[in-house]
Amino acid sequence: MVPATYYIALSLILFVIGAVGFLIRRNLIVMFMSIELMLNAANLAFVTFARQQLGMDGQVIVFFVMTVAAAEVAVGLAIIIALFRHRETLNADEVRILRW
Amino acid sequence: MSPFTFFPLAALIIASALGVILNLHPIRSALCLAVTLFLMAVMFVFLDAHLVAALQIIVYAGAILVLFLFVIMLLNLEADVPHKRRRNVTLVATASGLGFAAITLHALFSSEGSLPGPGFSVAAPAEFGTATAIGELLFTRFVLPFEITSVLLLVTVLGAVVLAKKKLR
Repeated sequence: MVPATYYIALSLILFVIGAVGFLIRRNLIVMFMSIELMLNAANLAFVTFARQQLGMDGQVIVFFVMTVAAAEVAVGLAIIIALFRHRETLNADEVRILRW
Repeated sequence: MSPFTFFPLAALIIASALGVILNLHPIRSALCLAVTLFLMAVMFVFLDAHLVAALQIIVYAGAILVLFLFVIMLLNLEADVPHKRRRNVTLVATASGLGFAAITLHALFSSEGSLPGPGFSVAAPAEFGTATAIGELLFTRFVLPFEITSVLLLVTVLGAVVLAKKKLR
């Protein structure tokens, strides 16, 4: 039987992969996918703790996380389409009007 | 889950997650993300979260991923070219990520056995993680967040339509 610690470790590694991916990639869509990876890592931690405690609150929270992720992707991809229409690029380094 | 299923599964998940961030072509990243999400659903099944596993496949692999692939194909993206100027950022990001992972993993494994709760050795009750049990929780204790979620989805629909409209003013 693999203890819960290993599941949390897997979740942690996935989160770090997502965070590093967000920092090293400049393609907005791939950055978005890295965010999805991080959200999924959090989901794994929630489900693991729910199983560990034999309470289902964690699984309900995963439900909400998925809703927020779906909403975020819908709005984010709409922004990406609008951006691409105006600037013909998806490189985060070339979109810098709001940056100082 | 026995170690003989957990470790290969975990290795596959990590490999496909690395594929998401290391592939230069966005389509390949998206397909790697699909593999990661499916394997995570398998992981959820082993953790007795059956409804969450089903939702994972329907919402993530079904809806979110199709949206990603649709946008990538719509925009007809080329593969990225690795940028020379960004090599320092990549190095620093990778190093700090590895450092963070090392510190937290060390903290996690040096406190082994201290996670609260009955643990995995106790068999889960039959209704654990079923749609009935989760639905009951959702409409009793979590009814306010559930209602707020519907407002969030409404705002999302409006926002996506406004943002993706032809003329942005």
